[in-house]
Amino acid sequence: MRIKILVRLKKQILEPQGKVIEKSLNNLGFEGIKNIRQGKLIELDLPDNINQQEKDNIISSACKKLLVNEIIEEYEVLG
Amino acid sequence: MSFKSAVITFPGSNCDRDALTYLKDLTEGEVLNIWHEETSIPSVDLIILPGGFSFGDYLRSGAMASKSKIIPEIIKHAETGKFLLGICNGFQILTEIGLLKGALIQNNKLKFLGKNCFIRKRHENKFNKIIKQGQVLKIPVAHNEGNFYCSNEDLKILNDEGLIAFEYCKGSFSNCDENINGSVNNIAGITNEKKNVLGMMPHPERAYQSFHSSIDGKSIIESLLS
Repeated sequence: MRIKILVRLKKQILEPQGKVIEKSLNNLGFEGIKNIRQGKLIELDLPDNINQQEKDNIISSACKKLLVNEIIEEYEVLG
Repeated sequence: MSFKSAVITFPGSNCDRDALTYLKDLTEGEVLNIWHEETSIPSVDLIILPGGFSFGDYLRSGAMASKSKIIPEIIKHAETGKFLLGICNGFQILTEIGLLKGALIQNNKLKFLGKNCFIRKRHENKFNKIIKQGQVLKIPVAHNEGNFYCSNEDLKILNDEGLIAFEYCKGSFSNCDENINGSVNNIAGITNEKKNVLGMMPHPERAYQSFHSSIDGKSIIESLLS
C-alpha cells in the first residue's frame, strides 16, 4: 500500500523559499497568488497485509523517529 | 595534563581534518579520528562532531547522522559530563539527537554564508571561560542552515539558565549584520543544562593559525584546558 506523507514547516516558522517563489510568480504576472509555503512529500510502500492500527503505528513512529522534526515541522498523512 | 580527544567522521563531513589539526596543535594529548559506524569510543575528555554535509544533508541537516551507530556512545560520553563540541553540521546533529534544544533552519535570506562573522559570549561556561565579557571574536561561518529556532518556552530556559554560549554581534566590518542568518535572539551557540555540550555555527577550527584570518578560535580549546 502506497502512503503519502506531507511534511511542512510549522505556521509560525518563516519559510523563505515560499517567499521567493511568491515574488517570482508575482513578477510573472500572477499578482493574486499570496502566502506560498513550500513543504515536502514523502511517499513509501507499506505491506498490504497490515491493519489500520499497525499502519498508523508504523507511520507515526517513523515520523517521530526520523521523517519529521517536530520542533519545526508538522505532518499529515494523505489518502 | 594529558587531554585526550576525538573527532567523529561521517560520510560528507568536510571539517574533520581541520578539527583534528586544531586539536593536535592546541592540545598535548592523543587525538583520535573515529568513523561513524564504530560502536565504541575510548575514554576521551572531548569529542568534536565536525562541520560538513553529513549524508548530503538529506531530509534535514544532521538528521541521518543523528541516527548513526556511534550516536549512543556519543550520548553516553555526554552523560558522564565530559565535553562534547558540535561545530556547524555538528551543531545541527546535536539538535537532531536532542542533546541540545531547538533546530537549525535555512538562513532567512536564503544565501549560503561563507565569511567571517563576529560573536561574543553571553553566558559563561567551560568552553568560553577565558573570553572576557564583551570581547568580540572574529570567527568564520560557512552554512546554509544556521538559522537557530526554538520555542518561546525553550528560549526562556536558554536565557534563564544561562545556556547561550555565543551570540552574533556587530564587528569591525561595515557590511556585517548583527544577526547574519535570522537566528532567534542572535544565538550563535548554546549548551545543554549541564553545560558540557556546546553546539555553535561558527568554525573555531578555521581561526587559530597565523595564516588564518583570525586566531580567536583558539580560545575555545584554551578555555577547556585552563
